[in-house]
Amino acid sequence: MSQMLLEIRNATKVYTQRGLGGRQREVIALQNFTLNIPNSPASIITIAGESGSGKTTLAQVVLGFVRLSSGQIIFNGQDMATADAKQLKDYRRDVQAVFQDPFGVFNPFYRVEHVFHAVINNFRLTPNKRENRAMIEDSLNVVGLRGEDVLRKYPHQLSGGQRQRIMMARALLIKPKLIVADEPVSMVDASLRASILDVMIRLKEEMGISFLYITHDLSTAYQIGDQIFILYQGAVAEKGSTISVIDRPHHPYVQLLVDSVPVPNPDVKWEGEIILPPEEEMRSSVHSGCRFYPRCIHRMDRCLEAQPPLYKIDDIDHQAACYLYSDKEVAAPVETHQAATR
Amino acid sequence: MTTSWNQPPVLKVRGLKVYYETPKGDVLAVDGVNFDLFKGETLGLVGESGCGKSTAAMGILQLVTPPGRVVDGEVLLEGHNLLGMSEQALRAVRWIKLALIPQGAMNSLNPTMKVSAQIKDAIIAHEGKQANKGIKPRILELLTMVGLPGRVYDLYPHELSGGMKQRVCIAMAIALNPTVIIADESTSALDVVVQRVVAQTMLKVKDALGVSMIMIGHDMGLMAQMVDRIAVMYAGKIVEIAPVKEMFAEPKHPYSQLLIESVPSLKERKPLKITEGITHDPRNPPPGCIFQLRCPFVMDICRVQPPVMRETNEGQLVACHLYPESVDGSLINVADVARNP
Repeated sequence: MSQMLLEIRNATKVYTQRGLGGRQREVIALQNFTLNIPNSPASIITIAGESGSGKTTLAQVVLGFVRLSSGQIIFNGQDMATADAKQLKDYRRDVQAVFQDPFGVFNPFYRVEHVFHAVINNFRLTPNKRENRAMIEDSLNVVGLRGEDVLRKYPHQLSGGQRQRIMMARALLIKPKLIVADEPVSMVDASLRASILDVMIRLKEEMGISFLYITHDLSTAYQIGDQIFILYQGAVAEKGSTISVIDRPHHPYVQLLVDSVPVPNPDVKWEGEIILPPEEEMRSSVHSGCRFYPRCIHRMDRCLEAQPPLYKIDDIDHQAACYLYSDKEVAAPVETHQAATR
Repeated sequence: MTTSWNQPPVLKVRGLKVYYETPKGDVLAVDGVNFDLFKGETLGLVGESGCGKSTAAMGILQLVTPPGRVVDGEVLLEGHNLLGMSEQALRAVRWIKLALIPQGAMNSLNPTMKVSAQIKDAIIAHEGKQANKGIKPRILELLTMVGLPGRVYDLYPHELSGGMKQRVCIAMAIALNPTVIIADESTSALDVVVQRVVAQTMLKVKDALGVSMIMIGHDMGLMAQMVDRIAVMYAGKIVEIAPVKEMFAEPKHPYSQLLIESVPSLKERKPLKITEGITHDPRNPPPGCIFQLRCPFVMDICRVQPPVMRETNEGQLVACHLYPESVDGSLINVADVARNP
């Protein structure tokens, strides 16, 4: 039995777009993504990047909503592509999701308790009514809510922060090992975000639940995350411990990203201006070379020849995919993408 | 900075009240808002969702739709009260003097019209028909101003990225050289890098035209980068107004303190500051201070008497019983100002 809870090996997802006149164009949404989450200790792993970076594709792959073009998802030693029905059901029980929109996930016609009953019935957690109420109460208490305050209410009577905490409580009810949280705080008010982040930290520390925290917001990741992967157009630009990557970003894209987060201090203003290249140039991802080439201020001829591998930076785990660090050791060679046909 | 503090304000809002009618009574969305906006100034209007900041903007523009209604107040744009103005008179003010960049502006573009046609539409609707020869260079100049290449002129919205669409909306807002621009969460749907580009574009355009701006949002980091003064709103009322430096260095109102403490930092890890949202029923606010149910420093007086705005130090006004002394002993009484004959 493997010690890893979840192993993602060389995950690649390619979408084929059909243009006018039958021309086909391939979009690599996720390329050669590798990630290992150990059984213990639990950790919060951040996947960050701008829209179109592939972070949501990754979440959907892990949740089983989309199939990989190539690569493997291995859960507790079992490759999910060859799993049988029971293994799949166990997987769906152990891996739970919390989504971005706390307004869209509730059915407005049902009271909040319906969300919990649906889960209990589906996984046959307990047939006993009193026990089931106690279970709901316990998981609500963990996220700082009380059953009598929320269960009989309708979704519109709760704030976005409360709804998102209820989704956390719902996930918790099944005692999962991993929660995929896709932008769980981006639609919640800034002042209420802390309550959700706090629940994530407590679930990790007290219940041993790991998180795949998908976000575009580096500052919340910095506050709660252990490891971080920063994606750019489907490929990892930089990875490592969150503090190390954000304090000392090495990839030019990550440097630009960290630099662009507005500092809540009127004395520290943005320095310099950025000029974005035309859209089509940015999106026609350079298939052979570095994806960031059109926007990079350090670009070299070499960057067009082949995609840079991840190089090991100072820290044990800190790696950046950029030829500026080609004097360092290569962490993993690039596997070139072959036209996928599955 | 081109802000002129010593001239009379461009926009004066006094005692603005906008209520939403519900079967169980009115929701006091905006309940007696007062502020001034000076020439060339950017004022940030911040607060959590539901505090009334967008409704206040709609109130200023006279665009409140039922079940909402403007109950009371004055909106003086260069001395003329917009409240009670006829629809026809308002048409001469909107866009020409008072432009809006709405929330999710990039989705407000018409997908069937080229960028050029939409900007032209806005100009013709307010200035009347005119020859293409004069308009084209004008539109190209507008596009250049917001940092877009000339080829955007002939493109459709779906051919542009989110940041570019947002900049087209800025170009439309400045097309008629307005006095005041109201930007409602105009960069919050964008990626960090694109947000920075759009925000910097807005600052540049604002300085070039000397226009005044009200920026509505809840991202305190962005506010620190962009505005000159900040007004903090809570449950329909402004609880503090201060120059941006003072607001960040020494927020006075307990709610402003909470807002600023809850901004996650990229510099240091600190314990999370946990708060609840607005806790009272917006139809029936408690007597006394509106923040009393969440305030860590609540006193007996807060439960009975609403605090008035006091100038605690120059330019910093706060409505809180913790600060009973003004610099010069002056009181700015919200109720008095609101009842202007």
